[in-house]
Amino acid sequence: MSNYLGNYSLYIALIASVYLIFKSYLDANSENKYLDKNFILITSIQTIMITVSFFSLVAAFVISDFSNETVFNNSHTLKPLFYKVSGTWGNHEGSLLLWLLVLSIFLFIFLLNSRSQDTKYKLLTILFQQIIISGFLVFILLTSNPFKMLYPIPSEGLGLNPILQDPALAIHPPILYLGYVGTSIIFSASLASMISGNIGDKWARHIKKWVLVSWVFLTIGILLGSIWAYYELGWGGFWFWDPVENVSLMPWFCLTALLHTVIVLQKRNSFKEWTIILSITTFSLSMSGTFLVRSGILNSIHTFANDPSRGLYILSFLFILILMSILIFFFNQNKISNTAKENFILSKETAILVNNWFMMFFLSVVLVGTIYPIFLEVLNGSKISVGPPFYHNLLIPFLIPFLIFMSFGPSLKWIKDKLKKFNYNILIIFLVSLLISYVILTKTENSFLLSIPLIVLSIYLLLVTIKDFFVSKSSISQKISHFGFSLLITSILLNGLFSNEFNSNMKVGDERIFNDKVVKLKEVNVKDVDNYKSLKASFEVTNKNSSFALYPEVRIYQQPLTITSEADIKTTLFSDNFLVFNILKDDGYYNVRYQYKPLMIWIWISTIFIGFGGLLSVFRKNEQKY
Amino acid sequence: MSKNIKFLGLLLTLIIIFIILLKGLNVSKDYSNEKLKSKIDFSLNAKKLFSDEIINISDLFDKNSPSVVNIWASWCAPCREEHQFLMKLKDMNINIIGINYKDSPKNAKNFLSSLGNPYSEVIIDNDGTKSIEFGAIGVPETFIISGKTNEIIKKYIGPLTSENLIEIKNLFEKNA
Repeated sequence: MSNYLGNYSLYIALIASVYLIFKSYLDANSENKYLDKNFILITSIQTIMITVSFFSLVAAFVISDFSNETVFNNSHTLKPLFYKVSGTWGNHEGSLLLWLLVLSIFLFIFLLNSRSQDTKYKLLTILFQQIIISGFLVFILLTSNPFKMLYPIPSEGLGLNPILQDPALAIHPPILYLGYVGTSIIFSASLASMISGNIGDKWARHIKKWVLVSWVFLTIGILLGSIWAYYELGWGGFWFWDPVENVSLMPWFCLTALLHTVIVLQKRNSFKEWTIILSITTFSLSMSGTFLVRSGILNSIHTFANDPSRGLYILSFLFILILMSILIFFFNQNKISNTAKENFILSKETAILVNNWFMMFFLSVVLVGTIYPIFLEVLNGSKISVGPPFYHNLLIPFLIPFLIFMSFGPSLKWIKDKLKKFNYNILIIFLVSLLISYVILTKTENSFLLSIPLIVLSIYLLLVTIKDFFVSKSSISQKISHFGFSLLITSILLNGLFSNEFNSNMKVGDERIFNDKVVKLKEVNVKDVDNYKSLKASFEVTNKNSSFALYPEVRIYQQPLTITSEADIKTTLFSDNFLVFNILKDDGYYNVRYQYKPLMIWIWISTIFIGFGGLLSVFRKNEQKY
Repeated sequence: MSKNIKFLGLLLTLIIIFIILLKGLNVSKDYSNEKLKSKIDFSLNAKKLFSDEIINISDLFDKNSPSVVNIWASWCAPCREEHQFLMKLKDMNINIIGINYKDSPKNAKNFLSSLGNPYSEVIIDNDGTKSIEFGAIGVPETFIISGKTNEIIKKYIGPLTSENLIEIKNLFEKNA
């Protein structure tokens, strides 16, 4: 039942899409002053149909309707309800349906929110957005229909993978998609404004909200993915430079640049071409992300080989969109009135331009690392795999000039700033950060020459952004985001510098001395629980003046025989202490791995700060002048 | 004029990227799970995990009976799950060759010392290319390779299960 409902509502949505494409194209060429009432009506029908389709898939997951192939492949009656629901978008077909749902809801909200805009501009935005929507609809219906039926109906589903049952992973895709899909509105709107020639400060104010919303969702989406990798994979890392992770990072760089550029457009009515190009690029990168992940072209642990016709379809669709936007850009370039006033070297405009170039550099490094292996394989058959050292070597040295720029760029004035008389505050802050870094660096042996300027500068930037809360006149959201960013860089650097671990075989009563701590295995309790035998160890970690306990567990399932280890992580404001143990042979020894990861929680908190700053800016009604 | 050149340049670049990605789609099919790459290139050289010496992989295979090749990494959770089955295969005197995929040797050795070493030899694949030569797409993956003909007899993607174990056992009894 839900299969038919879901399937046919998609067809109705497709008809609506085709109608809207023609109607908006025709109306955009006429000189209508007002938007036809039908647009809102048809768009709401389409949104409702896609919503119905999505929820009928959710319903099929909830009631475990195994006549649906997607449900059969990805669900199981024993799954908790929460994971049955999140299973809806945990697979290829369902995740595309979610993409589509967000696409249509965003267009609907856009229509409601842009009453004051020019009619032609609105019509063109509808046109481009509907082209994207229809592309996805056809893609879903042709190659990835989530409502394929199975007969005879299987009695039990296939999907019960405990690794994927994690709350962070359950909400990670939808949040990330909100970010990705938000960029589609920016894309359609900037193409439309290019044709209708209304790029300027008024348009910037209107599109800035969408840039901010997408950026906030993308930031939080990346954060959630990282949290999942840290807690569930349990290897102490939070970013692996896996292609699938990179694919979400690339639009983020681009969107961050766009966010800053739009502000210039709004305040100074310049950087118009930057804005358009960044809007096109951001969306293309989000789409490429979908292509790279869904086509199975990447050699990543996340991807499994897919139907190649899907890859072909997304690739063609992506290139048609890019081609279309390039054509529109080149043939309407003369409509951009270049009102750019003279820019001086020392001004906020230049600082933002420099920021853009840095973002473009970071983006190209990640882009090359992600797709170069594919290119090389096609061109000369050699297979390479790019790992973390590539990214670290290319990105980290460039953080040094970036951090320097970020420490003074945001406080520059628009148009032209003067070299002030030497500022003693800055000198004091710099000396303080030198002192702090010295204290920090004397505590570790694994410091390299490169880490000295990095630590000094990141602490300097942190202090400057804190100082800005009290003296700078810029907006509070910018202060929070910039503070979050400097905190993030500082935490990552210190975390990388001070993390360490030991690995040892211990039996009950043993003690191991690790740095300034004593780790003692006190006892192991064996207990029978439901369908497994539990070995719960009790460790005591003693510091100079404090001690805490960790209780990692080993579970032995009988049918089929499976042994799983549950790590115990003790999180404090200063560090994470991670302990996991395994059974060796039956000689009373256990293998124990203990990791010390300083400032781990600050990596998450600082990212929340970054996103929160953006969120605050979305809800700020009246722009203050600065 | 210069605008047109820019436009054509961009268009040309796009078309080239499109063609390369299109080809890339077809290339990657070769190591998808449906299509087995039938023969293994035995001229491959690789470094051993425990002794750092470089060997030719053909030396690792028993010419008269099949061998199991298992691709694993210490950071891969499903590899831990399947490890017990590999230990059982070892107890049946089956020759298992390990390929350690994108791992730090230290972690890999710790993994084996804590859970036991089922492999007759482990070779290092720190950049993932050796595994690709085998047609693997990720970890863990397990191959059964005939020693006589270098052909892949059977391939398992993802962690081995107890059913797979029985299947492998039967396969080896048949071939013995």
